[in-house]
Amino acid sequence: MNSDRPAIAVTGICGNLGRVLAKLLHKREERIVGIDRRIFPGKPKDIEFHQVDIRKRKAEEVFRKGNIGALIHMGIVHDPRMSAEEHHQFNVLGTAKALEYCARYGVKKLVVLSSATVYGPRPSNPNFLTEDAPLMASARFGDIRDLVEVDILAQSFLWKHPEVETVILRPVHIVGPTIQNAASRYLRLRRPWVLMGFDPMVQLIHVEDACRAMIEALRPGLRGVFNVVGPGEVSLSAIFKELGVQPVPIPHLVARPLLEQLFKMRFTNFPPGELDHLQFQGTVDGSRFVQATGFRPKYDLRETIWAALR
Amino acid sequence: MSPVPFRLPGPTEIGGALRRRLEKLAFRLGGDRLRERLAALRVHTNEFGQDPFGMDLKYVTTALGPLLWLYQEYFRVQVRGIEKVPPGRCLLVANHSGQLPLDGAMIAVAMLMYAEPPRVVRSMVERWVPTLPFVSTFFARAGQVVGTPENCIRLLENEECILVFPEGTRGLNKVFARRYQLAEFGQGFMRLALATGSPIVPIAVIGAEEQAPALVNLEPLARLLRMPALPITPTILPIPLPSRYTIYFGEPMRFEGHPNDEDRVVEEKVLAVRSTIQSMVKVGLEERKRIYF
Repeated sequence: MNSDRPAIAVTGICGNLGRVLAKLLHKREERIVGIDRRIFPGKPKDIEFHQVDIRKRKAEEVFRKGNIGALIHMGIVHDPRMSAEEHHQFNVLGTAKALEYCARYGVKKLVVLSSATVYGPRPSNPNFLTEDAPLMASARFGDIRDLVEVDILAQSFLWKHPEVETVILRPVHIVGPTIQNAASRYLRLRRPWVLMGFDPMVQLIHVEDACRAMIEALRPGLRGVFNVVGPGEVSLSAIFKELGVQPVPIPHLVARPLLEQLFKMRFTNFPPGELDHLQFQGTVDGSRFVQATGFRPKYDLRETIWAALR
Repeated sequence: MSPVPFRLPGPTEIGGALRRRLEKLAFRLGGDRLRERLAALRVHTNEFGQDPFGMDLKYVTTALGPLLWLYQEYFRVQVRGIEKVPPGRCLLVANHSGQLPLDGAMIAVAMLMYAEPPRVVRSMVERWVPTLPFVSTFFARAGQVVGTPENCIRLLENEECILVFPEGTRGLNKVFARRYQLAEFGQGFMRLALATGSPIVPIAVIGAEEQAPALVNLEPLARLLRMPALPITPTILPIPLPSRYTIYFGEPMRFEGHPNDEDRVVEEKVLAVRSTIQSMVKVGLEERKRIYF
């Protein structure tokens, strides 16, 4: 095994997003070390892969021996059906462990994939949230407080460990043909709900652009917190018009209790907290990342919208 | 062949039909002038016709239908000095009156129809507006933005033109006995002007006070109903009467200083703007010949 040159470690590499990232890194002929507790079907031969839970001692071994130069940490689960406790344990403790390994084994670069949803869609939001805006997502949607905590853990690590170049990325809704997050699943619905009379501006980013941003974040010298925005803002109704979909308008006062019942009875996998995204704005300003890296999305607005389906 | 199922028109269809009606009205009243002015607008729209803040010119035209009618037929608005509005970023600061914020709408119509180059005025709406169905969407598409300082600074840095009423509801809902006496000004607009180096254009609106003269403001009841004010007008509800409007635009005022200066320092500049507008109001009232007819 060629371990003389430092590798890029990727947690959560078996996910749909992880596999796209692995493919892009592979094309750049980086040495990749994948860490995930799931199996990696169709793994290219020259990717070193460890099927291990990041919280376990065996994961620490990977860092101790593996000559890891950089870590891209995206081993964060977003499964609304997983028990809240397990969700929290895996995301928060897993991240804490990953950060600990970076500090202990001299990893020079750390990229943490957070998300722009940590700000939370709120009526009083400015139209373009900057990186210093407070993270209010869990105020109305308690189930995702672990995602906020992951971001805050990484932020405190950024300040406590100046020797590790830490980059926290907060991309907008990632969409892609293989992606299974709430935004992509929502756009694939044939009769999606919308909240009657509400039509917030939405930001999407193509999965490949999101991965390119992560690779961009590996550049030496870059540290800090960055929003990552795709090809721009568009209203929810314009997206559905483009896709030729007739959404079902539901009065917002009815929608929340209704979705709560449906979610409880397992008729849907959309937690009621997601409704805020259909009602209020949580759009962000991505200019800091653009200025620091010159990042430009490859896919335009139309291509990005359609990418959720195809 | 599948039969076409009968379906009641949904809110989108009704909204669409209404929108087209109002758009037609706008073009009937505005004519070719409106077409030319819309074509001359500089807006940053994407392939879906929306700007980053969600403004859509189709909706601006829709809103313009009824507003142009009010402007031309009902309030018979006269404009003075609109050529003084500088191109690029600026804060329009006006006196506020008339129980309903139609003075803002009339200033916006004037800026679109008569300013050179034509401008879409972006005003700052209350923070609870995004919680209202339909209203929130319509306001956003018509170019109105939630009034946070961040939004305001961003728009000014994009060389947009923003309308501010520093009196707020204190001015809007004052009783008739206090007509044309400016209420206290907030300081926010001045700090934004200093932060962005934007000129301030003072504006005096004459005629809006008489559209809905409030005899009393039932403040205790308003508090009980959680309303900002409860004015009682001769028509009971504040239905606007057809008073004649005149809008005076003053010379742009430029200020230097730090946006985070002490209140005392900023207050001086605020008072300078306030007294300019107050004296413009005074001149306007002296020049006025007819109130309603």
